[in-house]
Amino acid sequence: MSFTVSIQTQDFDVSQELTALRAGDARVGAVCTFVGTVRERNDGSSVASMELEHYPGMTEKSISAMMDEARKRFDIYAARVIHRVGLLHPQDQIVMVAVTSAHRGMSFQACEFLMDYLKTQAPFWKKEVTPEGARWVDARVSDDQALARWGIAATNTVAQ
Amino acid sequence: MKVTLKYFASIREAIGQGSESLSTQTTTLKALRDELIGRGGAYAEVLAHGRAVRMALNQEVCEDTAVLSDGCEVAFFPPVTGG
Repeated sequence: MSFTVSIQTQDFDVSQELTALRAGDARVGAVCTFVGTVRERNDGSSVASMELEHYPGMTEKSISAMMDEARKRFDIYAARVIHRVGLLHPQDQIVMVAVTSAHRGMSFQACEFLMDYLKTQAPFWKKEVTPEGARWVDARVSDDQALARWGIAATNTVAQ
Repeated sequence: MKVTLKYFASIREAIGQGSESLSTQTTTLKALRDELIGRGGAYAEVLAHGRAVRMALNQEVCEDTAVLSDGCEVAFFPPVTGG
């Protein structure tokens, strides 16, 4: 039973991660995983590569805080978040969120909650290289709206 | 008091550095932001009010009414785009 986060440049093996996440816990009857990957197109341009920047220290703290919130809301046994940083290319894995629970409902919900939270609260930034040049990816209002469904007001895209 | 400033992503690029140490008389995040805007140039442009600037105090996102303390870490960054 563990709730862990890793920020890393290297790739990860989902199968190995899931084996480790549920190892030794016979209560587990459901494992839900989300993997985010680099698309070859974004906002109308082809993406040759992207550079992911983060705020060391705050990133880990913010993801730990969101795991604490997920444990309060959902009956889950373990969770693992891996997020890559540095240079990535189309088809590369970017992020994995995996959750275990007794039945599928709790891990499905917790996995989606964690991703919605991460999209608007964890300090990562993507810079894409396209034929038109390098550009910082714009935050999406739809991501704020996704977190609002859980009763949490997100203001990531709001001017102040 | 002394504060450590950190800048990320497009704000870091515009300002031209990722961090700096500052001695300031200001006591709130808002006043500190105004002091930096007062430098003019890229600071005034990217930290201007009305832009989507996120602020964190000691690695937690805060409202601009948050109160600074000696040795604190303040970060300015654009909306996050991870995942």
